[in-house]
Amino acid sequence: MADFEVPELEEIPVVPHIKEGAMSHSSPFISKEQFQEPLGFPGELVPNWEEKVYEKMDDLRKRYRSFQVYLDSCVKCGACTDKCHYYLGTSDPKNMPVARQDLLRKVYRRKFTFAGKYFPKLVGAVDMDKDILDEWYSYFHQCSQCRRCSVYCPYGIDTAEISMAAREIMDSVGVGQKYCNEIIGKVFKIGNNLGLPQPALVDTLEGLEEEVEEDTEVAVKFPLDVKGADILLVTPSADFFAEPHVDGLIGYAKVFHETGASWTMSSIASEAGNFGMFIGSYENMRKIARRVRTAALELGVKRIVFGECGHAWRVAYSFLNTLAGPWDFLDPRYPVPQHICEYTYDAIQAGQLTFDKSENDWRTMTFHDSCNVARASRMGPKPGGQFDIPRAVIKAVCNNYVDMPAETIKEGTFCCGGGGGLLTDDLMEIRVKGAKPRAEALKQVTENNGVTHMAAICAICKSQFTKVLPYYGFTMDQIVSVHQLVSDAIVLTKKDSDQAKSESDSDE
Amino acid sequence: MTVLSIFFALLFYAATAIFVIGLARKIMQYARTPAPLKIPTTPAPVTQTGVVLRMAREVVLFASLFKSNKWTWLFGWMFHLALLLAFFRHLRYTIHPDGVFGFMWPLINNPIVLAFGQYAAFAMLLGLIGLFGRRIFVDRVRYISAPSDYLMLILLFAIAGTGTLMSFVEHTDIVQLKAFVLGLITFNWQNMPADALVILHLGLVAFLMIIFPISKLLHAPGLFFSPTRNQVDNPREKRHISAWGQAIDDAEANKA
Repeated sequence: MADFEVPELEEIPVVPHIKEGAMSHSSPFISKEQFQEPLGFPGELVPNWEEKVYEKMDDLRKRYRSFQVYLDSCVKCGACTDKCHYYLGTSDPKNMPVARQDLLRKVYRRKFTFAGKYFPKLVGAVDMDKDILDEWYSYFHQCSQCRRCSVYCPYGIDTAEISMAAREIMDSVGVGQKYCNEIIGKVFKIGNNLGLPQPALVDTLEGLEEEVEEDTEVAVKFPLDVKGADILLVTPSADFFAEPHVDGLIGYAKVFHETGASWTMSSIASEAGNFGMFIGSYENMRKIARRVRTAALELGVKRIVFGECGHAWRVAYSFLNTLAGPWDFLDPRYPVPQHICEYTYDAIQAGQLTFDKSENDWRTMTFHDSCNVARASRMGPKPGGQFDIPRAVIKAVCNNYVDMPAETIKEGTFCCGGGGGLLTDDLMEIRVKGAKPRAEALKQVTENNGVTHMAAICAICKSQFTKVLPYYGFTMDQIVSVHQLVSDAIVLTKKDSDQAKSESDSDE
Repeated sequence: MTVLSIFFALLFYAATAIFVIGLARKIMQYARTPAPLKIPTTPAPVTQTGVVLRMAREVVLFASLFKSNKWTWLFGWMFHLALLLAFFRHLRYTIHPDGVFGFMWPLINNPIVLAFGQYAAFAMLLGLIGLFGRRIFVDRVRYISAPSDYLMLILLFAIAGTGTLMSFVEHTDIVQLKAFVLGLITFNWQNMPADALVILHLGLVAFLMIIFPISKLLHAPGLFFSPTRNQVDNPREKRHISAWGQAIDDAEANKA
């Protein structure tokens, strides 16, 4: 099945001994000129690129406090060395967060610090050269920017910040990653990562309406580009057809239906994901984020709700106000944006939803905390709401629920192995190996507690797990969307879809 | 004045200047560099008071390191706590109870410092040995260690070691030493004792002060400026925007 060795799952996860160079052959496809230019990057390695690398590094350390402070502060204590899922899965020491950072830090030290300029050997400082650039390209694409290391660092050093900076530096000298940059180009041109144009979306959504009506005999709507709707739903484009994502989308639609909400999706902002973050580019991330603003203004909505997605929710929760705010034209009674889990949770609390939990009795559930939801965002008013609210939603619709081992969930959760721009076939080996810690935790509750399914709230997690968990003996349908569970248990009490269109029309 | 005393007097003025100015420049650099995005590691406090408490847990208890690795935490925390106690213990050589800084005397003359200040040296040495051992015996930590990482531990060990020897084995003329230190502070220079241990001890301390602003010892101010630890988790409630982020917005607005 694979042209690399799939790791054996271990009973009690052990920290492996280092194996130098174990993953040095892993590198994603390099972006071509046609994918670089729409993002404002050179099409190929520029002349005099070493100088340009230093210039960009200098620019970034003046613009990002995190970058400057984190390059200076590491004491090499080793606290992070056994925390990265890619290290645990590959044993390659350059996948230890500190060693990954050091690929860049050693160049920073050589150019920008006294010790590195005059005593390079003493502090391990080196000049930039092609070998180092290749190593950057390889290992900064073996980081999913999941922030697990930052939880355990005594100074809060976040390797994601260094990875993003490294990718931005590489892009600025013409060395970009094809997967991310091609996708960002599609978002600019068409509106979403998958390149689904508006007519295709209309088709897909009509198909879903028919399917749900056939299934439930209730006309649940999937509105697109409806002016004057109250709620704009921004969801990852995988939700439109990938499995199990689309079952989640059906779940959102049923919840909106039952709460009588007037809602719409947008063909301009038909993508929640924001790959601008993966490549560390504020400018590109901002441009992608502002599509949501444009859509909200054009459609005249009052609220914005994001669908199930991890890194997308980080950009939405933490950065959307910065990049595309202020949101003073929306209804001030609601946070901007809200997560679909917050919306459903509030509806449950308000008694607006009826469930038949026995519909899910054939499943015993566990929940995978998506890395960027867990460590880079929040839901609800209280810290930790990002752990409690999705669990509360699952438990409201399922009778059988078991958590995975405590050190592998919540703030200590393991990334699925496919985040941060790694969800591409040319990185399959690192994706499979990076999923090992999560697979081990899942195996434990499968064997000890009879867990049958794992729910996720991220499009990348869902795509990654359906693809890689089979390498470890699971089946792809064991991964479900949180709102798929909601969808299966919800009792549709309103026979007609009161889209409340007439209400919102009268507002105009 | 002996040549040795003059040399050490000048050395300490220079070391102090480098330490203070170097550190101040770094702190200013950190303070002035914008943090354009909200990146606290969550769950994070939602109020400023909460952030102060989170930072206090990190500074006083090394909370994140405790989560990570109990051995590293034990050795590291033991070393730093002992260093703090030893620092207070050393204040007695720099303060005259009737002098300008006499109001600080209770910091020194209290049961905790009196009882533990001297013995803290052993905790310090033990902590350093533990950290050194991890660097040698844990393959992951050995892989990430540069020569400077070992030398830093050796430097601290030598400082603590010479101090311990003076405290428990080979006393120096402490009255003369205090006169020398107070002389430095009041610009009324006095001779220092010419023992090998005190020369080594003070020389290494001066060296540590000099390398502080150009080494990984910057982790001390760095922690306070770490955005993952010092930011309030309120991006939806309050718009966070940097000057350069605003400039991008403004440029676009002007174009439109």
